[in-house]
Order: sequence, then C-alpha cells, then structure tokens
Amino acid sequence: MIPAVEVAAERNYLNEETGVLSWLFTTDHKRIGLLYVASISVFFFLGGLFALLIRLQLLTPNGLLFDSETYNKLFTMHGIIMVWFFLIPSIPNTLGNFLIPMMLGAKDVAFPKLNLLSWYVFNLGALVTLYSIFRGGVDTGWTFYTPFSTTFSTTYVIAAAAGIFIAGFSSIMTGLNFIATVHRMRAPGMTWFRLPMFIWSHYATSLILVLATPILAVTLLLVAVERIFQVGIFDPALGGDPVLFQHMFWFYSHPAVYIMILPAMAVVSELVPAFSRKPLFGYEFVAFASISIAAIGFLVWGHHMFTAGTSPYAAEVFSFLSYLVAVPSAIKVFNWTATMYKGSISWDTPMLYAIGFIGLFAIGGVTGLFLAALGIDVHVQDTYFVVGHFHFIMVGGTVLAYLGGMHYWWPKISGKMYPEGLARLSALVAFIGFILTFFPQYILGYLGMPRRYAVYPPEFQVWHVLSSAGASILGIGYILPFCYLLWSWHYGKPAPPNPWKSTGLEWKTSSPPPKHNFEETPVVTTGPYQFGEMKEELDLG
Amino acid sequence: MANPAALSLREHFRTPEQQRETSSIGMWIFIITEVMLFSGLFMAFTVYRSMYPQAFIEGSAEMSIALGATNTIVLICSSFTMALSVYSAATGNRRMLAIFLIATMILGAAFLGIKFTEYYQHYRDHQAPGVWFDWRGRDAAQVEMFFVFYFIMTGLHAVHMFVGEGLLFTMLLRTAAGSFSARYHTPVELVGLYWHFVDIVWVFLFAIFYIEGLHLHHG
Ligand SMILES: [Cu+2]
Repeated sequence: MIPAVEVAAERNYLNEETGVLSWLFTTDHKRIGLLYVASISVFFFLGGLFALLIRLQLLTPNGLLFDSETYNKLFTMHGIIMVWFFLIPSIPNTLGNFLIPMMLGAKDVAFPKLNLLSWYVFNLGALVTLYSIFRGGVDTGWTFYTPFSTTFSTTYVIAAAAGIFIAGFSSIMTGLNFIATVHRMRAPGMTWFRLPMFIWSHYATSLILVLATPILAVTLLLVAVERIFQVGIFDPALGGDPVLFQHMFWFYSHPAVYIMILPAMAVVSELVPAFSRKPLFGYEFVAFASISIAAIGFLVWGHHMFTAGTSPYAAEVFSFLSYLVAVPSAIKVFNWTATMYKGSISWDTPMLYAIGFIGLFAIGGVTGLFLAALGIDVHVQDTYFVVGHFHFIMVGGTVLAYLGGMHYWWPKISGKMYPEGLARLSALVAFIGFILTFFPQYILGYLGMPRRYAVYPPEFQVWHVLSSAGASILGIGYILPFCYLLWSWHYGKPAPPNPWKSTGLEWKTSSPPPKHNFEETPVVTTGPYQFGEMKEELDLG
Repeated sequence: MANPAALSLREHFRTPEQQRETSSIGMWIFIITEVMLFSGLFMAFTVYRSMYPQAFIEGSAEMSIALGATNTIVLICSSFTMALSVYSAATGNRRMLAIFLIATMILGAAFLGIKFTEYYQHYRDHQAPGVWFDWRGRDAAQVEMFFVFYFIMTGLHAVHMFVGEGLLFTMLLRTAAGSFSARYHTPVELVGLYWHFVDIVWVFLFAIFYIEGLHLHHG
C-alpha cells in the first residue's frame, strides 16, 4: 500500500533549506523545475513584448511604429525567444521536471546534477541570445534561412545562433535525463503500462530532444562557419545548396513542434480523466500514439519545402507522411473526447484549459492538413494561414496546456490553492483573446496576406485590427494567472495533499512534497486513473 | 573496511545495481546523440560529395595517407589499451589500470600531435579554408568546400579527443585515490564506451577523407 500523508508535513522541499544559495545549488528536481519556471516566465513576457509591438505595428496598413528593418527584427526575436527559450522548455522542464520523478515514485531524476547543469546552460544560452538582441537584434526570421543569414544579413546572427546552440545542450541533457529516469527510476511495481500518460508523452518528447537537437547544433555550426569564414556551405554563389540548409533545419524543427505539443498532450491526458472521474479511454492507444508521433514526426520535414524546388515525388511522399502523423494525433483527440463521454465532468480551471486545448488543437491540426496538401500549400505557403496554424498549435495548444497544468499541479507545487473564480474567468479571457487573435489570421492568409511584412494593402486592415485587439485580451489572460498565482504563493489557502481527488503518486504525498518526495518508496499495485475504486475509498473517508 | 560500492551510492538510488545501470543507459543515450551530431555532418558531406565528385577527390588527394593511416593505427591501439583498462578495473588490478590509462592517454596525445601536424601542413600549403585558401587547379570553390568539411569534421573529432583525454586523466586521478575496485568501476567503463565511440568515428572519417583520393595521389 502507498503511505498516505494526512496533513501537510511541516518540513517540505521549499523550507528544508532556505536562502538564495540553497536554490542556486539545489539538485532537487522540484526546485529545478521552479528555477525553470522563473527563467521561462521572463522569456515569455519578453517574447510577448515583441508580439505586442508586432501587433501594434500592424494596426495600420502603412505600419504604425517601425520601418521594415526594425519590424524584421521584431518578428525574428519574437520567434527565437518564444520557440527556444519558452516553448521548447515550457512544459518538460517545469512540470516535467517537477512531476516525472514523483509520478514514477522516485526520489529524483536519474542525474540530478546534470539537471541543474541544464538550467545553467539554458540561461547561458539565453544570455548569449539576449546579447545579440541588446546589440541591435537579428533579422533573419527564427528559421535562419541561408544565404541571407550567412551572407547578406548585417545583424548579430552568430550571437543569436550561438545562444540557441548552447541552449540545445540543455535540451539534450533534459531529454537524456528523462529517458534514463523513466527506464531506471521507476518504483517497485511501476510497470510500463502502469505509467501515467504524462510519462509516456514525456518519454516520446525526450526521444525527440536527444535525437533531433544534435542536428540543429550542426546546422547552426555550419551557418556560423559559413558566415565567419565566408566559405561555401549553403551559399549558392560559393557552390553551396541553400535547400540543404532547409532540409537540415526542418529535420530538427519539425520534430521540435512535437517537442512542444507532446508535453502539452501529456498534461491534457492527465487533466481529462481527473476532471471526468473516468480512466483514460484506450490507454495503450494513447501511449503508442505518443511514440508514433515522435517516430513519424521525424519523417515529415519535407513539407516545409514543397515550394522550394524539391522533387515532386519527394513532395508526394512527405505529404503522405504528414497526413499519416495526423492519425495518432487524432487518436488522442478522440480518446480524450471518449474519456469525457458519460464522465462526471467538473468545470474547474484546469479542465477549462484542457477543453480549450482540445478544441484549438483540433482546429490547428486540421489546418495543418490543409498545409500538408500539395495543392493548397502552394496557395497558402508563407501566408498568415501558416502563422495562424502554428500559433493554434503552439499557443492554443502548448500555452493553454501549460497554464492548465500549472493550475492543476499548483496546489502540489506551492502548497496553496489559487483563487478558483478568478482563474476560471482568466481561462475564459485567454480563450476568447486567443480565438480573436489567431482566427482572423487564417482568413488573412487565405486572402493572400504574406507573413513577415511590415505593411499591407488597406483591405486587410479589419482583420489585422481584430487580431491586435484579440492579442491585448490574450495578454490580459496571461498576466492575470501570473499575478494571482504569485499572490496565492503567499496568501492562498493551504492545499490538502489531494485537492482534486486525483489518482497518481504525486497526490499520495503531502503538498508541498517533502525533499525526497515520499516518506517511503511507494509500491505500485495498480494502473493509473483508477477513479472507480478510489470513489469508495473517498466515500468511506 | 568500508565498501566502496556502498560509499559511492547516491541517495536517490535504491541499490548500487540501479545506479550502475542508470549511469550506463545515460552514457548510451549520450552516444546516440553524438551519433546524430556526426551523422548530420556526414550527411551534408555526402550530399556535396555527390554534387562535386571530382573536386572532392582532388581534395582527398591532398591528404597525407601516411599520417592518416598512422593515426588510424594509433587510435585502434588506444582502443585496445582502453579495453585493457576496463578489464584491469573489472579485475580490481589498480596498478595495471593506471598503466593502461596512461598508455591510452599517450596514444591519444600522439594522435592529436599527428593531427595538428597535418593541420599545419594544410595551412602551409594554402589549403585551410577562408582567407588562407589558395587553389591553383580547377573547381577551387568546391575543393575548398571539401576542406571546410575536412576541418569541421576532424576538428569536431579532435575536440572529442581532447575531452576524452581529460576524462582519462580524471580516471587516473581517481584510480590513484583508490576510488575504483572490482565492485565499483562504472566510470572507467563509461569512459571506455566514450573512447571507443570516438575511435569508431575516426575510422569513418579516415575512409571518407583519406581513401577516396588515393588513386590520384600527388605525393
Ligand atoms: Cu513541419
């Protein structure tokens, strides 16, 4: 039996040791998770600031504030910061770090020092990239396409790329740590098919982190070498092949989309059963869907180059494979829906985010299929349709799931409850703001508005104004949780060990947990999501 | 007498076996990421090799096959002494462990010495890419690209060799401090894995850079 802790223990991971140094030298996965929360919150608001400036610029057809050069830098820095310094680490390094060992019944990740090192390396990378921003920024787009990035751009390309290169090592360290942890740190009785779906999905994410990130590293290395020494690698004038750069970049960056979305699916797969009071429908299917998304995700990168002169036969294969990768994603959506069917659903904040996620992810996924279709892609390639699509996945998907997960596990992390009413309101605000921001972008794209332009024809203005208005609402939807979660850290009601009556080992210990997570190593005898059996236990208690 | 295996058990593991297996899987995953790192470069090399076969063979003909072959033999010998280090560690023979670690380090240093001699010769002959490059024959830009890949890939390999030397030195210090025994010598095993991996990469590098232009050899 798992030892249940009745009341919050006096000593926990937050007060066991105090002082700044106890945080900077901690090897506790829970504290490192919180260090990551601090870092990525800073980058999220910085990236958000650039988004705000972009949306202000696009209020008027001739551009409200900046010239084209500055605008190029704004969307580049928005992209770089959001992708590499917020989205990639967002869920795995915060919630993943905090929860994976707890869900496995372990005291820590496999390599705790490596875990701390990854945080330092991440921040070092971020500082190098920030240096390029403060020296005047980069204007290549987050994709660093050659030969512009290697030959023509006069901005701080190398510093920006170097920061991403360095942060890549932190990704690899995290992925390596998680894989080793899942393989070797499981508590007695925690078999593979008793793992919560959060673990399966993070395992799949970690596979991508360790397999894809090295390719990004060599790609950026080659860009830097070409730029520094002016030797031919990708520049066609020097005998290079710019499309080879695109192949290498997207070989990382398409799987990177799954680095962002698989952890979001991990969170939603926990939230939906917990607030439907039902076991996850089709556990094995969802588990293998995660792995197949990771596997097939490596074979679809060519869909970014349908209009770049790749062979039509290759394009057909890539198009087919891109459709194929949608199948496991769709399986997940169906299974979450089936989990809710006839469940006793409660509309707590995490569930609101989860349902928002499912809806937006479905729209984002289906528009992804439009883009994977060869004919339609020619029409909408490099338009706002693409921008709308990937923001539905990354913002509507990952950010909503991140917020949902933060609310769900906040009582465990902080030992405090957040204000439920305000939280529900802010989830709604974020959802409305999101739709208003990004839905008009699909229409803009379909009407032919290309992405990355500082000015546009006047007939597009109404859609841009809608999008900018939505962005300000969305901004409020982000600032609100940031404020009230911080507030509740000090003033919130103390949280019981299991406020949601959830299953899962992380709820079987106190809130906040003790330094080593459990008083004794738990022994696992059942699979996850045993809501039926738990009910009786609760009724009796 | 304290049991070194128990002493080195970190608090988040339940048993020494769990700790050893965890370290081992960690090293294997690391090696897989390294394989991906090098394979990206091998892939890019292969693309350009197939685009400019003549220029790449011309470039390859500039390699010193004698130095390259010597280095290959040196590294294979170092893999052998590394294997003997791991064997000595597993049998608890600390003296032989130290001797074989030192032998491996010497062979590694010899490799790096020869490698940098080659780099110097390429630089002297205006074959280093960039402002130093001066090629009188045809397809200068493409031959330069061959040298770009040569310097990046063997350079990255050399960086791994330097790291390996550092790791071997750490193992030597820990051997001297008496940290290893027949029951606990996981770090030596892991460094062994790393060293063998780096050696295997060299064999592939030797094949693609040195052997291709053999039949055109200029001297
Ligand atoms: Cu893609």
